[in-house]
Amino acid sequence: MSLQVSDLAFSYGSKTALDNVSFAVERGRFAALLGPNGAGKSTLFSLLTRLFVTQAGTICIAGHDLKVSPLAAMADLGVVFQQTTLDLDLTVRQNLRYFAALHGISGRVADRRIDAALERLGMAERAAEKARGLNGGHRRRTEIARALLHDPKVLLLDEPTVGLDAPTRAALTQHIHDLCSDTGVTVLWATHLTDEVLDSDQVILLHRGRVLADGRCDALRGAAPLTEYFAHMTGASA
Amino acid sequence: MRHALIAMRAIVLREALRFVHQRERFIAALVRPLVWLLVFAAGFRAALGLSISPPYQTYITYETYIVPGLCGMILLFNGMQSSLSLVYDREMGSMRLLLTAPLSRTWLLFSKLLGSTIISILQVYAFLLVAWLFDITLPPLGYIAVLPALVLGGMMLGALGLALSSFIKQLENFAGVMNFVIFPMFFLSSALYPLWKMAESSELLHDICAANPFTHAVELIRFALYVEWNGMALLWTALATAAFMAFAVWGYDPARGMMTRKG
Repeated sequence: MSLQVSDLAFSYGSKTALDNVSFAVERGRFAALLGPNGAGKSTLFSLLTRLFVTQAGTICIAGHDLKVSPLAAMADLGVVFQQTTLDLDLTVRQNLRYFAALHGISGRVADRRIDAALERLGMAERAAEKARGLNGGHRRRTEIARALLHDPKVLLLDEPTVGLDAPTRAALTQHIHDLCSDTGVTVLWATHLTDEVLDSDQVILLHRGRVLADGRCDALRGAAPLTEYFAHMTGASA
Repeated sequence: MRHALIAMRAIVLREALRFVHQRERFIAALVRPLVWLLVFAAGFRAALGLSISPPYQTYITYETYIVPGLCGMILLFNGMQSSLSLVYDREMGSMRLLLTAPLSRTWLLFSKLLGSTIISILQVYAFLLVAWLFDITLPPLGYIAVLPALVLGGMMLGALGLALSSFIKQLENFAGVMNFVIFPMFFLSSALYPLWKMAESSELLHDICAANPFTHAVELIRFALYVEWNGMALLWTALATAAFMAFAVWGYDPARGMMTRKG
């Protein structure tokens, strides 16, 4: 298993945010963490990225227990946060160089990887532009390119399409699916938009801090469209 | 180890690049102490007679007296300002990114602190240069001897800002803390008046000033500028730096601090 979460629980004071959450994602799979707003997706991401420490349960990233060997786990993890984390005054390349250095990659190796990552995301010709001048879609692509610089085994994306127009959203979703099958990177993609999920994807349905369903999208939804299934599941338990 | 150094260099470089892009910040940081030096000090010179006390060997003008305090002021404002920027959401974003790097948090925070301290020190030297143009000169060696004192003082105040930023939820609260931190720290110190002068008016105020770590940072700078040793100030500043740094690391610990309460 590339990403394994077992019996995870987390609460803010007396308010429970995650309750007994368990799931696993195999290597090279695209897993959609589907849940309405307030389902606990952001809390889960904060735990996965070690912004919070787990109160109960375990997280394993590429075989590294986050509690036992956090640095090894973080080295194998790529993250695209919901809010932009680009330095707007710096160029695309400077942003990526900074991040590469945080992972200990510098000099020519860094430049080579940056070129490759930007090329992949179709951003090569914008390397010298300032992040401030980029539109939302290009900013996102830059962040995805950045998250791939250190060859992570697991890529986390927290609602990466928020604020993007429909065509950009579709292109980005497709791109990450391709990335999954081409490079074997494991993806956990948090969203509340069902149209970003393909039938062959794994769906982890999170609602009110609990996993309601976990399985292949087509198997879960049956004959109904995913949107309907999603509404039914989250509405039924409301 | 190589990884850690590459990351540190990048963090410092990023602080520098950000600073280059914010020219207004540089001007503001320079104008503030200059206003004090050229306007405030000129007015107070008449009112305040200063007798000889170490490290000064002759009678000095008030302008000369407050130069080290104003160096401290630059470090204080910068230290607070760079952590203030952390409270902005955008900065929170880049802070999140920084903290996902596979390096120890203490190292990452230390690197960030070093970056902002270097920026502060450049501003202090710009200030000293302008002061020199206005004929407020120091022993030539003092300009070099003061460097380690500025590093330590800058780290202390930066660590304090970092610690505060980890415990503050919103920017509005931050403004309040600034009022309760910057001003008391600055005015209840030896930056603007010597402590013995303070003792003449109130023993209590004198004791508060004497305990204020900012006083010791300023005294460390003052003595270093005249190439003199002040072990007591060094000890106090070093202890305060360690304490504030420990607070910052504790505050940014994933198990507690701002992040959890923010959620």
